[in-house]
Amino acid sequence: MARTDWRKEDDAVLMKPIFETTKNYYILVAVLVTLVLWGLISYIVQFNSGLGVTGMNFPVSWAFYIINFVFFIGISHAGTLISAILRLSQAEWRRPVTRIAEVITVAVLGIGGMNILIDLGRPDRILNMFLYGRYQSPLLWDATSITAYLTASSVYLYIPMIPDMAILRDNCDGGWRKVLYGTLALGWIGTERQHHVLERALAMMAVLVVPVAVSVHTVVSFVFSMTVQPMWHSTIFGPYFVVGAIFSGTAMLLIVMAVLRKVLKLEDYLQPIHFNYLGLIMLVMTILWFYFTGAEYLTAFYGNEPDEMRVFMSKWGGPYSPYFWAMVISCFFIPLPILAINRFRTIKGTVIASVFICIGMWLERFIIIIPTLANPRLHQYEHGHYAPSIIEIGIMVGCFALFALVYVLFSKLFPMVSITEVREGRDDTENIVLERLRRYTPGKGRLD
Amino acid sequence: MPRWGMVIDLDKCTACQACVVACQEENNVPFIEHEEFRKSRAISWMHMLSETHGEFPNAETQFLPRPCLQCDNPPCIKVCPVRATYINDEGIVGQVYGRCIGCRFCVAGCPYTAKYFNWYPYYEWQPESSKRRTNPDVSVRPKGVVEKCTFCHHRLMKLKDKAALEGRSVREGEFTTACSDVCPSKAITFGDLDNPESKAAQLTASPRAFTLLKDLGTKPKVVFLTERK
Repeated sequence: MARTDWRKEDDAVLMKPIFETTKNYYILVAVLVTLVLWGLISYIVQFNSGLGVTGMNFPVSWAFYIINFVFFIGISHAGTLISAILRLSQAEWRRPVTRIAEVITVAVLGIGGMNILIDLGRPDRILNMFLYGRYQSPLLWDATSITAYLTASSVYLYIPMIPDMAILRDNCDGGWRKVLYGTLALGWIGTERQHHVLERALAMMAVLVVPVAVSVHTVVSFVFSMTVQPMWHSTIFGPYFVVGAIFSGTAMLLIVMAVLRKVLKLEDYLQPIHFNYLGLIMLVMTILWFYFTGAEYLTAFYGNEPDEMRVFMSKWGGPYSPYFWAMVISCFFIPLPILAINRFRTIKGTVIASVFICIGMWLERFIIIIPTLANPRLHQYEHGHYAPSIIEIGIMVGCFALFALVYVLFSKLFPMVSITEVREGRDDTENIVLERLRRYTPGKGRLD
Repeated sequence: MPRWGMVIDLDKCTACQACVVACQEENNVPFIEHEEFRKSRAISWMHMLSETHGEFPNAETQFLPRPCLQCDNPPCIKVCPVRATYINDEGIVGQVYGRCIGCRFCVAGCPYTAKYFNWYPYYEWQPESSKRRTNPDVSVRPKGVVEKCTFCHHRLMKLKDKAALEGRSVREGEFTTACSDVCPSKAITFGDLDNPESKAAQLTASPRAFTLLKDLGTKPKVVFLTERK
């Protein structure tokens, strides 16, 4: 096939970051690699010396790593779930958003799972999970559900990329890129049949990933709610965690979109309307989050069970109250007006709200995990305290840097906005949507 | 099949903590440095809980020695992903140190906070003099695994071997734990709760008997006695 010049293609701006590398890119990668190395060195220190180098103690035996695990797995709901729901509901504006979202999912799922490994006292014995695995343990449910979601969302990321790979293949001179894209394109030449198969696979995956995504954060919450500990043993945790996950995921998606829009100059693709619509989804999630939080805490307070009340009070007015109230303010009172008032639901507004939501949702996981462990039922004897050590902070920074690094490297190899989907939207959608409108608008169409 | 259990008479207990020390010696529970202790990482299979009521000068402090409660329905074994903690036929809840992956789910799941994690290779930290005193019947724990009171299970194993050689079974009252042996006020009674002959079983019928956090349905085999509430 004759090689075409990517600069003359319609969506050249989407291919530009792949074929041209700026000096700033190298600087960014170097900075991120340094931070990842910091995390890696911290982990090596922890691996050699034992978990004593963290701030964890007795009875606060789970801390930063488990918080980050829940946080990252929560972020992963940004992607595949939102992209699948938008695809299923045939929202036309989804086209430039889907891939950005799906890459987040695949990147952070790995990092989330990694945090469990980091938290283990004996990571060298992880294969015992297969040798002696007990399916009665919620940790096994997690492992199953997260690996299923990782597999499904990787496939779901890859399938719609196939035609893009073919476009890139045709724009390559040769060398390793040609081999890479040629292999990934799986011989795509855009025949009718290929399109048909792709569409079917995509539709199937979109339906499949929704329940898997919901199951993931449900079983993450089960790790806590299956124990009898005060303020963990709650039936609301499943849906509460799923809502929180979609909430923080959407926020992270908006931040990433805004960054990519600026850095990759995608102003033409990611327009204010995308931020506006995602802002509306986030508005609904804010209100849902507040409802669930209210229900959870009111139940504990009204029931007035002494062990629960001890945990409750340590959040409401005790040592954890600054974090608790910071969470409520940054998850609800700041984003609500920004997202509810049309004038503020701009790119800048939604991004500000998103940053607060991400911080607030991290704090939510902190406020769920630490106070319960710090106030065990035999409270007469143990009051826990916890402060992270430099090792835990290093590993956390390393995890966030790794997320950014995976993202940055991905954007070097693959277009962050689906070229094919955008073209499809430009070429056919008008007719398809008009046809659809004609079909269901009363008085305008025929009933068939 | 016996069902081992313990009765602790709080009205007899003087809170001298001899049981705590005896347990530490018997089971090679590591000593830790002051710095580590302040970080709240002390391991203490038998732990003295205390609760103070009222304000000075009308204050009263109650003490309660807490081993692992050896529940019949233990929340810790439910959550273990690798069968590293289990309950045996005689009701003793054990921990397989060689298999534990150190996820600390059982620590988080135990309502009695009776499980302890090895944050460092504590045994390697022990001074030479105390390493030489190590009880050869009890394995020392590596870093990164969870440990807890085993009702001195190694003593039972030894007794069973001895009894088998002599062609008999373990006699009532023969198997005791380090804490019950050492208690100067004889507040700790150990025995087979299913044997009506055993003193421990008889004591559980006392009107003074109660179990910790009974409402949780964990069915502990450590029963406490007290007249106070």
